[in-house]
Parts: sequence; C-alpha cells; structure tokens
Amino acid sequence: MKNYLNIALPKGRLGEKVLGMFERAGFPCPSIHEPGRKLIFENEDLGVRYFWVKPSDVAIYVERGAADIGVAGKDILLEYSPEVYELLDLDLGKCRMAVAAKKDFYDDPQKTLKVATKFTNIAASYYAKKGRDIDIIHLNGSIEIAPILGLSDVIVDIVETGATLKENDLEVKETIVPISARLIANRSSFKFDGERINALCAKLAEEVKND
Amino acid sequence: MNNLRNDEKVVFALRELYGKYGYTQYKMNKFEEYDLYAKNKDFLVSGNVITFTDTNGRLLALKPDVTLSIIKNGEDIQNGLQKVYYNENVYRVSGATHAFREIMQVGLECVGAVDTYAVCEVLLLAAASLERISDDSVLDVSHLGVVSNAISALGISESATAEIVKCIGEKNRHGISEICEREAANERATEQILRLVSTYGTLREVLPQLIKLASDYPENTAISELITICRALGDEKKINIDFSVTSNMNYYNGVVFCGFVRGIPTGVLSGGQYDSLMCKLGKKSRAIGFAVYLDLLEDLSYEREEFDVDVILVYGEKDSVGDIKAAADRLISEGKSVSVQRCVPEKLRAREIVRL
Repeated sequence: MKNYLNIALPKGRLGEKVLGMFERAGFPCPSIHEPGRKLIFENEDLGVRYFWVKPSDVAIYVERGAADIGVAGKDILLEYSPEVYELLDLDLGKCRMAVAAKKDFYDDPQKTLKVATKFTNIAASYYAKKGRDIDIIHLNGSIEIAPILGLSDVIVDIVETGATLKENDLEVKETIVPISARLIANRSSFKFDGERINALCAKLAEEVKND
Repeated sequence: MNNLRNDEKVVFALRELYGKYGYTQYKMNKFEEYDLYAKNKDFLVSGNVITFTDTNGRLLALKPDVTLSIIKNGEDIQNGLQKVYYNENVYRVSGATHAFREIMQVGLECVGAVDTYAVCEVLLLAAASLERISDDSVLDVSHLGVVSNAISALGISESATAEIVKCIGEKNRHGISEICEREAANERATEQILRLVSTYGTLREVLPQLIKLASDYPENTAISELITICRALGDEKKINIDFSVTSNMNYYNGVVFCGFVRGIPTGVLSGGQYDSLMCKLGKKSRAIGFAVYLDLLEDLSYEREEFDVDVILVYGEKDSVGDIKAAADRLISEGKSVSVQRCVPEKLRAREIVRL
C-alpha cells in the first residue's frame, strides 16, 4: 500500500491560495481542480493526498493523525492549543485578533468588562495578563452585533480590513496578536515522515520568500 | 497468547523486560492522600483529580499518577539504586476527550545515586519498551539543562520565557524569532536557541552538531553532559535527539524523553530525570523514570480474528445438563473454543454451529 502524505487544507478562499502555494512548490494534484463534490484527491506519483476540511477543524485532523500536515490559522492554534508542530508561517490570510467596540466606548475600570467572542481562550488569556476582570460571552457568529445591542461592551474577533466594523459603527481599540496561516504537522508523523515533511516545508519556505 | 489484546501482550513483554534488568514490581494502593497532588499539581499530566472522603474524614484521591506515590513511599537512597516497575491503573482527564478515564500505565522508576550509566540504562529500556510495541518506533531525547541554560542566556521576561518554551515544543522557529526580537533578547543566545530547535536526528547525525554547539557556547555546560550520554549510548539507531521534547522545568532536569510508534498520533511513552521534584519532596536522592500509556495502543492496527468462537453449541429444552456438559467437554478436548447457548446469538461469529 502506498504511503501517502495526507494534507488537510482549509476550505474556502484561504485554502485556494494555500493550494496554489503547494502547487508552485512542486506538489500539484490535477484531480483537485475537476468539478464535483469529491473531498479527497490524490497524486499517486508524488504520494500526496489532499482533503478539504472546515478551517477550524484542520488542527484536529492533524493533532489526531488523520492528516500528517495541514494549514491552519494562528487564531485556531492559539484558541485550541493543539499538540502539533508549527513549522512555517505561510504569510497568507494575514489579519489580526483585535478588541473592538463602539466608537464612543469608554472602558470604566470600576466595572467588569463584558466581552463577546468566538475565541474565549484567547480573550481570557489576554485580559488575564492585564489583570482585567471580564465576563466572557461566547457567541458563534455575528459578533459585531453584540456591542450594538448592549449584549457586551467589547468584542474580541478577527479583523481583516475593518470594513464590517466600520459599517456597524465600531472600531478597533487594541490589537491582541497578528494572525496568518501556519503549516502544522502531526508530531508522530514528523518522526516517521520527517524527511518528506521537511522537504515540503523547505520548498514552501522558498515560495513564502518569493511571494 | 493469541487471544490477548495488544495492550495485554505489551504488558507481559514489558514486565519480562524490566524483570531481566533487575527491576522489581511495585504494587500500590489505588488511593492516595489528596494533599500529595494538591502540593504538586503542576507535575500531573492533568490537574484534575477524582477525590472522595474516607470513612475517617480524610480526603483521598483515586491515583492520577504513580511516580509521586513511589517517591513519597520510597526510601531516600543516596548510595545505590532502588529500581522498580509498576503496572497500575491511573485516573485522570484524557487530553482529547476532556473527561476522566481509567488509563492502564506501565512504567519504571530508578531512584538513588543516578549516574550516567543509570540514565543510559533507563533510556535504552525506554527504547526497548517501544520496540516491544512496534518495530517502527523512535525515542526522542532532549536535555532540559541545555534548553534552560540557553533560555536563561536570552535575558527575557518570565512571561516571554513561557512563550519561548511553548515555541520550542512546537518547533516554531518563526515564533521564537518574533519573541526574541520583541524582547530585544541577546542575539547570540537567540541564535543558540534557533540552532537547538533545528538540531534533530539520530545520535550519529546529531553528535557532530552537539560538539560544534559545545564549542560555540562553552558556557552551556549541559551540552557536554548530553554529549557524554550520546557517546555512552553508541550507535543506537532508534534514539533521536530532539530539543522540542519539553517538560515542566520546575520538576524535571537533565534528560527528558518521549516515545513514538508509527500509527499512533501522539507519544506513547514519556519520562525524564526529576531530581528537582525529589528535592521539592524533601528527598536527597536523584531519580529518573518513564511511563508507557497503554490506552493509546488501541489505535494500532492488529489482525482481527475472523470468528469469536469455534463452535456455538445449541441445546434444547429436553437436553439434560449432563449431556450438554459432556458435548461441550468433547468439543473442548478437540481443541475448539465453545460457547454453549440456548439459541444462536445475533452478534456472535462462530466457525460452526452444532445443535445437540
């Protein structure tokens, strides 16, 4: 049986960019461009197998060994702390994790700060470092609406261009951490397929430099 | 032995292996005073412990760890070595499920005047333990003295140190560079850390790199210690040096190691030298040990038996107990396994069905 290198790619716009980078680095997979609903694609000659998964699930596939390597956003790695190797910053999908609030928001230090976010661990650790007492409200989407309706004082979310915030009369108050796509590897796979993973990583690193 | 599961076969093989090297079995109670874990919570893989109040009001815990009990109950030997192995169930939160699980663990501890020979013996036994699980295995070894000396030389804040340790564990070179730049860390020390993270491979491959590191950074005296250990281990092909193996530096010092087997996504063995923990518990002796996590072996593929049983012997209402017993005994004496049933169970796979 052929020993494929299993690669988990994030579905969506970022995934397409990442695939392009893998192709330029010498790991193409023509069947992935064929129309259809297939989720797994193989290039037998190169011994690589790609599959598309939800971006937030890539780290789980890699941590559990279903994928040997994958590409995940730094936001997901910070939020879930999966036990994986983070081999390369691909410099793609660049954005930032930020605290945003209504333009006229005043942070009253005498009050507990109500924070709405999808990223509860990142938010908790950020405010713990500042010693700020907060009440975390976990939301799954449309985070921007929370301060407008008075559900929270601020939000902690990913900001790319800031256009959505602006349209909702919100603005970035603090930047927590810059975010970009990272190449991650399963720790056990790295022990047994380290040569192939390192070779791929080196070629991707060249691509990052060239871009 | 053919009917045994993977983990059961491994337990037998490991007990035999440790016995050959003079390790004696250490049998212990399932319960321990909770106080022991409350004082050393960071040493545990997971801080959560199942507790209950004993009939006399004492707060007890179901053991989440074996090492602490061995240290607590063992003698403080300063000359010679106490060598023990254990095969115990521990109760702790499993990383992936975030729920309490009963985990069967086999491991060994070597306590006393631990010297280079003792360290090498434990490392070789760890590598041999992995080989008992699979032919395709590797033991990654790091030295916390080397890593902690290199981090100290950076001259960075305590919070940044924790970030650097995390990045080392993730082989995250770009993260290390960012933190060092942000913290205006010593450039020479930054280069040392980046070189350590890139140093990975078999003993033969890594030894020349270690010698070069020792000559470039003579102030990091722990590198020479590691070189001595590498030389003593010789050309052991299944032991790698990898500085990304990290453990809590408040408890561990010297070598730390982690074992991997192809087909299992996480480490199946972990261990290290924990003189600092001994000191915290008021002992003067040194110690080194490791544990093998047998619950993970379920992930290993193994040959499934085609049938659960050779024969299902079906009896009727009118058959006497004596006749049923005699028929079953006859089949067993022919070397067959027999399940005596009133009717054929739906999920039992049998080679043949015999009706009495």
